[in-house]
Amino acid sequence: MSSELYNDGPVVHKPTFIDGTSIEIPELKILKQDGSTYEGAELPDMDETLALKVYKTLAFHRVLDERMVASQRQGRLSFYMAALGEEAASVGGAAGLKPQDMIMSQYREQGALMFRGFSLENFMNQMFSNEKDLGKGRQMPIHYGSSELNYMTISSPLGTQIPQATGYAYGQKLQGLDEVTLCYFGEGAASEGDFHAGLNMAAVQEAPVIFFCRNNGYAISTPSDEQFRGNGIASRGVGYGIKTLRIDGNDILAVIKATQIARKYALKENAPVLIEAMSYRLGAHSTSDDPSGYRTREEEAKWQANDPILRMKNWLLAQNWWDEEQEKALFEKLREKILAAVKVSEKISKPHIDTLITDVYDVPSIQLKAQLEQVKVHVNKYPEAYPFTAGKF
Amino acid sequence: MAKMNMLQAINNALDIAMGEDDTTLCFGEDVGHFGGVFRATNGLQDKYGKLRCFNTPLVEQGIIGFANGLAAQGSRPIAEIQFADYIFPAFDQIVNEAAKFRYRSGNEFDVGKLTIRAPYGGGIAGGLYHSQSPEAYFAHTPGLKVVIPRNPYQAKGLLLASIRDDNPVIFFEPKRLYRASTGEVPIEDYQLPIGKAEVLQAGSDITLLAWGAQMEVLQKAADLAANDGISCEVIDLRSILPWDIETIANSVVKTGRLLVTQEAPLTAGFASEIAATIQQECFLHLESPVERVCGLDTPYPLALEKEYVSDHLKIYEAIKRSINY
Repeated sequence: MSSELYNDGPVVHKPTFIDGTSIEIPELKILKQDGSTYEGAELPDMDETLALKVYKTLAFHRVLDERMVASQRQGRLSFYMAALGEEAASVGGAAGLKPQDMIMSQYREQGALMFRGFSLENFMNQMFSNEKDLGKGRQMPIHYGSSELNYMTISSPLGTQIPQATGYAYGQKLQGLDEVTLCYFGEGAASEGDFHAGLNMAAVQEAPVIFFCRNNGYAISTPSDEQFRGNGIASRGVGYGIKTLRIDGNDILAVIKATQIARKYALKENAPVLIEAMSYRLGAHSTSDDPSGYRTREEEAKWQANDPILRMKNWLLAQNWWDEEQEKALFEKLREKILAAVKVSEKISKPHIDTLITDVYDVPSIQLKAQLEQVKVHVNKYPEAYPFTAGKF
Repeated sequence: MAKMNMLQAINNALDIAMGEDDTTLCFGEDVGHFGGVFRATNGLQDKYGKLRCFNTPLVEQGIIGFANGLAAQGSRPIAEIQFADYIFPAFDQIVNEAAKFRYRSGNEFDVGKLTIRAPYGGGIAGGLYHSQSPEAYFAHTPGLKVVIPRNPYQAKGLLLASIRDDNPVIFFEPKRLYRASTGEVPIEDYQLPIGKAEVLQAGSDITLLAWGAQMEVLQKAADLAANDGISCEVIDLRSILPWDIETIANSVVKTGRLLVTQEAPLTAGFASEIAATIQQECFLHLESPVERVCGLDTPYPLALEKEYVSDHLKIYEAIKRSINY
């Protein structure tokens, strides 16, 4: 117990400001866009099998996003959020972890769940909020979750998962498990109070948690220079006393390497790590958004040239682990499979009326049961007005 | 049996809970070595170690966010908010997160093991930021349980039930009662039921209902009324959410009259919910309008605290108003 935690600098005798220029933040880059690696770069621990799994997950992600945005445009789906251009952050993060590690996401990290093996049917059933949805049709599309796959169900309020990840990791530490928690959030969400709460507590309480910030330049329409004035999110890690890495978020090898290193450090030292992945949200915030109102085509084109999936493909080709024929076959097959899955899931029934009151508590209270009975009587009286449930209970 | 004040009873309950389960933790501001500003966690760090009983930084939203994560992970967190007046930075983590965790995930995840303790209520010259009774805000949130004990025996039994309940529970501790008196409390483990009111005194003319520290005030008013020949049925609600409609309705069917008193302001307080439900359930049995004796619709005062609070005399007057309606 001590209050003497300061690294004393030089003593001065007139007021002397310090600012961000006192710290230089290096950015980790391993893979170039042409598929070659930087000289002297330390590669992640990854064999051909893992590399192909990562790439196939990225491809699945890209095609699923394309198809679901199209489905939303056709009026088949109410809402969707694509991760175009920043898929490497989520897929690479999951690839750098062990399956037992908990992942707590914001909402644009479906790639991590894909990597963990969440089935196409599970994705579809959630998006169509049908009776087979693990979440019982209660949340808007893309709010996935799976206890089996250690992927915490998404919550819309921004940043709330950050202090929760600290607590989750603290529990893992207390029970002596070979587990860490990885927590995703965007640079916009890092303005929330929960960001400060979660990072500060993780440092003080010594929790093995990896904070993974996807700095994609925009929070809906708000660019990052209207979000904060410090040197990105990484500079804040230093302030909290947290080991921090800034990486090229479109560089899948850098993402995997950083996550692997962070995991090792967090477990060994019982301490948090902050990763800031620099990227760009090439698509809209959601299907309810139109970026042409707040940014230029030139800006987008610059980042299109940094496509993380193409970059990994180039690397795989250079390794002779992949070829153009496989590429074509993979994307064609994915498009077919996804389209077929949409057709199945959109026809599955809505959840049973009884799920209106389940899971509010472990067991529904007397009051809730009475309220449900009242609804049922009402539905029976006006069945035409309630086609999803009338006659089905 | 032992003589304990409410703090000792709470400390004893926490000790039992931490002793029976290695994953049970107590934390909050000044909760560790110091044992909390009211000393409710006194001695727990020495006994169970710094990993299980500790200070947190001054960040209520962090304390509850951290607790939510722990509970989701399978640990059993008991988080202390130093004063109920300071629970509001954690409102989002309680209302949008803890309360909805199980529902929104379709029971893939839950934080049922979470208990939040907070000293609450007035009567200690604490002014507007050390006296509030915010139970009604949380009663409006499906997914939470809200429990308030009236004495040391109730505090221990209800707190142990809250800690073991498989839903997030907010346990408000009437801090005016912490050291106000002692009572007989069993040394051994026991639980009292959540969601069940307790009839403390049978009566035939009017039902008097309250919770927490108001029970003492209510009993005083009932004694005054008894001198006038008015027979009061006195009930402690104990749980605000879920609340025991049946016991209250049965009593009102018998007496034909209901008075509810709370420390919190009148408008949209929990007394209002009770009044609405009881007029629905017991309409044809009511002899007079449901009386609500509550704080004024102002912040909690300091110098004029006596004038503000729902004291025994205000309740006594309301009893007579109801009887003579």
